[in-house]
Amino acid sequence: MEIMFVMLLVSLLLALIFLVSFIWANKTGQYDDDVTPGMRILYDDEEVKKKPNKEKPNKE
Amino acid sequence: MEKVEVRYDNKIVKYFAYATITWGIIGMLVGLIAALQLAFPDFFNDYLGYKYISFGRIRPLHTNAVIFAFVGNAIFTGVYYSLQRLLKTRMWSDKLSYLNFWGWQLIIVSAVITLPMGFTSSKEYAELEWPIDIAITIMWVVFGWNMFATILVRRVKHLYVAIWFYLATFVTVAVLHVFNSFEIPVSFMKSYSWYSGVTDALVQWWYGHNAVAFFLTTPFLGLMYYFVPKAANRPVYSYKLSIIHFWALIFLYIWAGPHHLLYSSLPDWAQSLGVVFSIMLIAPSWGGMLNGLLTLRGVWDKVRDSAVLKFFVVALTAYGMATFEGPMLSLKNINSITHFTDWIVAHVHVGGLGWNGMLIFGMMYYLFPKLYKVKLYSQSLANAHFWIATLGILLWTIPMYWAGFSQGLMWQEFNPDGTLTYPDFLSTVTALEPFYIMRSFGGLIYIIGVLLMAYNIRKTVKSGTFVKEEVVEVTPTIEKKKKEKGEHWHRVIERKPVRLLVFSFIVIAIGGAVEIIPTMAVESNIEKISQVKPFTPLEVEGRDIYIREGCVGCHSQMVRPLRFETERYGEYSKAGEFVYDHPFLWGSKRTGPDLAREGGLRSDSWHYTHMIMPKQISPGSIMPAYPWLADDDLYTGHLEKKINVLRGLGVPYPEGYEKEALSDLQKQANKIAENVIRDISKENSNVQVSDIAGKEIIALIAYLQRLGTDIKAVPAEETELETSMK
Repeated sequence: MEIMFVMLLVSLLLALIFLVSFIWANKTGQYDDDVTPGMRILYDDEEVKKKPNKEKPNKE
Repeated sequence: MEKVEVRYDNKIVKYFAYATITWGIIGMLVGLIAALQLAFPDFFNDYLGYKYISFGRIRPLHTNAVIFAFVGNAIFTGVYYSLQRLLKTRMWSDKLSYLNFWGWQLIIVSAVITLPMGFTSSKEYAELEWPIDIAITIMWVVFGWNMFATILVRRVKHLYVAIWFYLATFVTVAVLHVFNSFEIPVSFMKSYSWYSGVTDALVQWWYGHNAVAFFLTTPFLGLMYYFVPKAANRPVYSYKLSIIHFWALIFLYIWAGPHHLLYSSLPDWAQSLGVVFSIMLIAPSWGGMLNGLLTLRGVWDKVRDSAVLKFFVVALTAYGMATFEGPMLSLKNINSITHFTDWIVAHVHVGGLGWNGMLIFGMMYYLFPKLYKVKLYSQSLANAHFWIATLGILLWTIPMYWAGFSQGLMWQEFNPDGTLTYPDFLSTVTALEPFYIMRSFGGLIYIIGVLLMAYNIRKTVKSGTFVKEEVVEVTPTIEKKKKEKGEHWHRVIERKPVRLLVFSFIVIAIGGAVEIIPTMAVESNIEKISQVKPFTPLEVEGRDIYIREGCVGCHSQMVRPLRFETERYGEYSKAGEFVYDHPFLWGSKRTGPDLAREGGLRSDSWHYTHMIMPKQISPGSIMPAYPWLADDDLYTGHLEKKINVLRGLGVPYPEGYEKEALSDLQKQANKIAENVIRDISKENSNVQVSDIAGKEIIALIAYLQRLGTDIKAVPAEETELETSMK
């Protein structure tokens, strides 16, 4: 049943990633505001009605 | 900040949406065929007895098609649509998007071809053989890469809760898939699981449970958190609750897997650990369910008018029911009745048809009008679909709950004198026939609902024009780090330590696993009961036929330490009996009886006749006939390789044995063939030993006659002592 140790290790490592991301989320202010995020997604983006630009301004 | 123009890629969403509907219909039709095979076994045996559509091969095709093709494509549809809009940016790379799409479809097609052909690892929801496993890993990484990169170039600082669910889905599924799929290839489409027996069972259900958790649950909660508020035009009831239940859910889910192995040979403490975490899971699960339903507070009038919201409400309700039922089923006393019965099948279909199916349908009715800038062709048709689907779920699940509960109790029923009331297993199966027929009907009308949707969407598509790219203006709310001219893209990633950590972890986990697992897995094989010996070459081949035909789908090999089980099947199963089982074949459903102690119970000729035509020997049997096993020659070309691979995995075949294996195989086959001929020669006097000794059926008989016999030769006391010493 040594596999238990591997699985515990992997599960704990997964938990660790989750913990680190949780701390990251808190520290960077992801959860400072728990009201507006729910509202913000309801606003659709403003559509560009005019003929679309030839160049791509959204080039990453 | 300046406004920027963004072009959301709708084409990839459309592709995945079409794939979802197409594969959904196919996967459900395959499910209907499987249901009909149980309801009308004689018809299928007499008129459609082809090996490629035999139940054992069709069932994994159904589960894989609905999970990975229907639900999988739906996840990609929803993620590719919502991620772009939540982050206000196009997907990072179109190339990766379309590679993800075509790669995934190719995997599905290969599953559709290989599973009916009998190429299977036999591990539930992980049946696909090793080359496809590798392809799945690559495609999953492509998806994750694209998603992470899109998050890095986002224009909104805040990550909406849905995205957290997507991220957890990606990371966990990647790790689970890799760990559960460790297998050593024997040939191009055949491999043996790296793990054996109890170890294999534990890893499999760690994976199996989390496939439900992180493939069927977390991505759908993410989609729910996007599509329910959007469709209702209401913010989620409590954003705070969504965050809390997300973290609670993902921390708890990982540990619940052992509840699939209650009363098995898994150590008790591991079983209890699984139970405790399963019970705790009620809280975060219901947190999500209530949060979704309460989002509709004050707008229930919209539910009356909108088919989309109706689908979402039933989806959430089904989620609530399934996640209450799950923890209940993981209680040992309830589990002793329900496990191995149709109850479990009903449970997963409340989740599958209710939670996943209804959420997907709602999402499709929401998306297509948006993608084609047109109103839905027919609201009333969508409403009709909703009612048909709901009725279909009820007609599907209620008979199956009934069947499962009845059968579970019949197995346990004792007469006052201490004998079993239903000693004949078959009588507990034939009692279920009406339920199997009703279930098929429920499935049929559920599919009719889906066909209505396909028609409705086709009409909608025809009346609109597809918006290939949605061009919008957005105001970024995130400071773009000054990007020096000519800077390489990976510099951007390097500035994000956390993401880098995640990436590195995945790499490390894969690398570490490759190093650790072999030692561990091989090491653990050393513990064994001295009387338990490796399978003979003929039994190895027979076992592979057992795997190929999907026997494990209906027959368990795990006698639980409960009186009604030992009374029916004999001595309960010990962990040490399975040390040479690569993979384990404990099974999770008893449509037929347990086979753990099958060896020696019946004559070789009984098995021979039974396999060719089961109902000839057991009148009323619903088992498919396997006439091809008596016609097809046993292929022994890979025998040498198989022995070598198994030896490499820790099965103690002597060095050089692979050279003698074939002659041993023939000797044993001749002996069994002689037994069979002796018994059946009265009717068929012209059949010779050489006619049947080389057939597949002989190998299968050899395997069945071996099952559970090693330990029978040992006095019970000694066995217990040996087991407890470990």
